[in-house]
Amino acid sequence: MTEAIDATGLVKRFGQVTALDGLDLHVATGEVHGFLGPNGAGKTTTIRILLGLMRHNGGSVSLLGGNPWTEATALHRRLAYVPGDVTLWPTLTGGEVIDLLGRLRGGLDAKRKADLLERFQLDPRKKGRTYSKGNRQKVALIAALSSDVELLILDEPTSGLDPLMEEVFREVILEEKRRGDRTVLLSSHILAEVEALCDRLTIIRDGRTVETGTLTDLRHLTRTSIQAELAGPPDGLATLTGVHDFQLDHDRVRFDVDTEALEPALQKLVQVGVRSLVSQPPSLEELFLRQYQKADR
Amino acid sequence: MTGTGKLVRLILRRDRIVLPLWVVLLGLIPAGYVASFEGLFPTEAERVNYAQVSASNAGFVTLYGPLHGSSLGELVAWRAGFLPVLVALCALLTVIRHTRADEEAGRTELIGAAAVSRHAQLAAALITTCVAGVLLGAVLTAAMLGQGMPAMGSVAFGAEMALTGCAFAGVGAITAQLTSSARSARSIAVVALGVAFVLRVGGDVSALGNGSLSWLSWVSPLGWVQHLFPYGVNDWWPAVLTILFTIAAAGTAAVLLTRRDFGAGLLPARLGPASASFGSPFALAWHLHRGLLLGWTAGFALLGLIFGGVGGSVLDIASDNEGLSDIFARLGGSTALVDSYFAGTAGIVGLIAACYAVQATLRLRDEEQTGHAEAVLSTAVSRYTWAGTNLFFVLLGPAVVLTAEGLATGLAYPQGDLGAILAGTLVQLPAVWVLAALAVLAFGLIPRLSAVAWAPPALCLLILLVGQTLQLDQWFLDISPFTHVPHLPGGDATATPLIALTLLAALLTATGMAGLRRRNIPA
Ligand SMILES: Nc1ncnc2c1ncn2[C@@H]1O[C@H](COP(=O)(O)OP(=O)(O)OP(=O)(O)O)[C@@H](O)[C@H]1O
Ligand SMILES: [Mg+2]
Repeated sequence: MTEAIDATGLVKRFGQVTALDGLDLHVATGEVHGFLGPNGAGKTTTIRILLGLMRHNGGSVSLLGGNPWTEATALHRRLAYVPGDVTLWPTLTGGEVIDLLGRLRGGLDAKRKADLLERFQLDPRKKGRTYSKGNRQKVALIAALSSDVELLILDEPTSGLDPLMEEVFREVILEEKRRGDRTVLLSSHILAEVEALCDRLTIIRDGRTVETGTLTDLRHLTRTSIQAELAGPPDGLATLTGVHDFQLDHDRVRFDVDTEALEPALQKLVQVGVRSLVSQPPSLEELFLRQYQKADR
Repeated sequence: MTGTGKLVRLILRRDRIVLPLWVVLLGLIPAGYVASFEGLFPTEAERVNYAQVSASNAGFVTLYGPLHGSSLGELVAWRAGFLPVLVALCALLTVIRHTRADEEAGRTELIGAAAVSRHAQLAAALITTCVAGVLLGAVLTAAMLGQGMPAMGSVAFGAEMALTGCAFAGVGAITAQLTSSARSARSIAVVALGVAFVLRVGGDVSALGNGSLSWLSWVSPLGWVQHLFPYGVNDWWPAVLTILFTIAAAGTAAVLLTRRDFGAGLLPARLGPASASFGSPFALAWHLHRGLLLGWTAGFALLGLIFGGVGGSVLDIASDNEGLSDIFARLGGSTALVDSYFAGTAGIVGLIAACYAVQATLRLRDEEQTGHAEAVLSTAVSRYTWAGTNLFFVLLGPAVVLTAEGLATGLAYPQGDLGAILAGTLVQLPAVWVLAALAVLAFGLIPRLSAVAWAPPALCLLILLVGQTLQLDQWFLDISPFTHVPHLPGGDATATPLIALTLLAALLTATGMAGLRRRNIPA
């Protein structure tokens, strides 16, 4: 499969600050790709480089097969962007902004615009300065989604949307996904959204890629947490590789175990004798928390 | 008014450079005039002669106001007659910056949620600005005393500026309540200042002739403060009038504040069209610039009508006044006098047009900072197209407003040669473009410091105001592109400087655009 976004070893410096420090991002054509990382990790900066708004200081990047800096204008006909901070022209109405951005991009589908206005329940006649935060976000979303483009770049597109509207957003993206020819890069802090929509994801921290893969791949990186009541002392369990945060309280144990070490750990428990057992499945939240907090290598 | 004190300190912290700068700089300018007037007119007779000519010169009266005496102090105070306009401008902008601009940016919301009363922010902005005005007056008084000027007059002179600052702080406070955007608040405030100026000019110039409209000066705060006549009559009751006005304006602003919602203006927002009839970069640029263009065009037309109308009284004085005809003859006869008057006003008009051009250029920076540029540039619009469509209005806008001014002047002065007057205005265009191009250069190369684009017009204004009076070196005067523009009507119409200025503007613009092409957006 060809890659819609292909960035390797991306470096971006702002004076003394190094915002991106060898970032890798590979997004295949037709997939919905989650782009995650703690605040200030460099997501918006990466997206601005992909859009040719900023120039990278090192590494290589290609977007839809072209150079995002030198071929920006031509490439932009084939993509739509929802910025993280949506501001509208105060004196233009929402409907005017949607039309304007669509036409500047090279045209928009009036029927789709009407449909999206309906689904997102947006009044397009209000002036930009009078919209609430969530409604401003909707204007930008509708402007992006009503153009027929190959690539959607969405920077925290649902920030400020209420749960109902977030659901509408998910439905719309899933419909796009079913068409199969649209690629979506979705930067987000909402894990449920990423879980529901994304085929693959990339996690970055301090301007570097720390994990990338499918959700299943990443789940393998997570740990199952186990609580058990035992018949005897669990000798050797604490030192087993892959067992973490081991706590013993009389006959009760509590520990986290890596997916690979799950089998040997359970065997050990069975040997000792198990009176009760609670196991918690690997959660994405934990994975993210762990990735986000990891000390610098 | 809980929290006012804390907010005053916050304002002082945020303005710790700009505020002292204008307070001290504007306060010191008049003291510089003392030595130069002493040098230019060392004897009593020379001063009387100069005062006589100046007092009846409509161009001078337009710029500086009425002149009644011929003592050194009176001449200096009169020559500083443009200073109240600058003080007023600084006061307006300071108050709006710390009221509506903060509210629009959402900073007020942070503060409003803390333990401060509803009126604290307005009160803090007003107090700080008024105190700054009073300090400016004190600096001025001290500097004049330092030059050995009479005490009473120096105090009155300082009071003139202090009162101006207070009165227009009040005006700024009112305009800040009217609309929800700081930009419109500033525009309304500047228009209000323009109206005050025009009323003062109308009244003062009318007083030169038959005086039927001289009451106009008395409906303008700028007129009141000039009627203190420092070093002359030292009249104090206009000061009382100004103080009452300030109190009334502040009160009005406070009442308006309680009448409106947070973040809103007094005028309710209305619904607009659900779809756009436009969709090109050019149409967007037109949308962004049309308000500015229409506003400035109207202002310039009004300015032209005044300058043209005043042109008539320049001649009237020449023919009416037996004693002066002698002097006029030496100055080159009545035609030369009228010509030099129009050439002089054309220079002022050019400088004002440059302010418009800089303001229009900095719209690009506004668009970048608000994130609108990011949205537009992520579509199929290139940076050159985006900046270019905006610059189209930056370059053409001044041509439109200068034409409006020239035509209006010609219209209001039918006995003159319309072509020559219009030419005198339009030759300013290349100089205007140079200042606009410097703004483009700043925007392209040092975007975060784009505001330095205001320094060149400020310097040119300084050169216009003090250059000749202080008899500064020619090289200093040459810094201003307006120095190189032919003085029309009356002077030699040479194309060389115009071509050179245009080329310089083109070069600077191209460099700025190249910088824009290479840099981060937003930077
Ligand atoms: N124009 C700039 N000048 C200087 N530093 C910048 C600039 N833009 C971003 N940075 C820095 O680069 C780093 C990455 O910022 P970026 O906005 O890309 O983070 P992000 O991942 O989008 O964060 P968030 O989740 O909060 O949106 C931050 O440390 C930020 O301070
Ligand atoms: Mg971001």
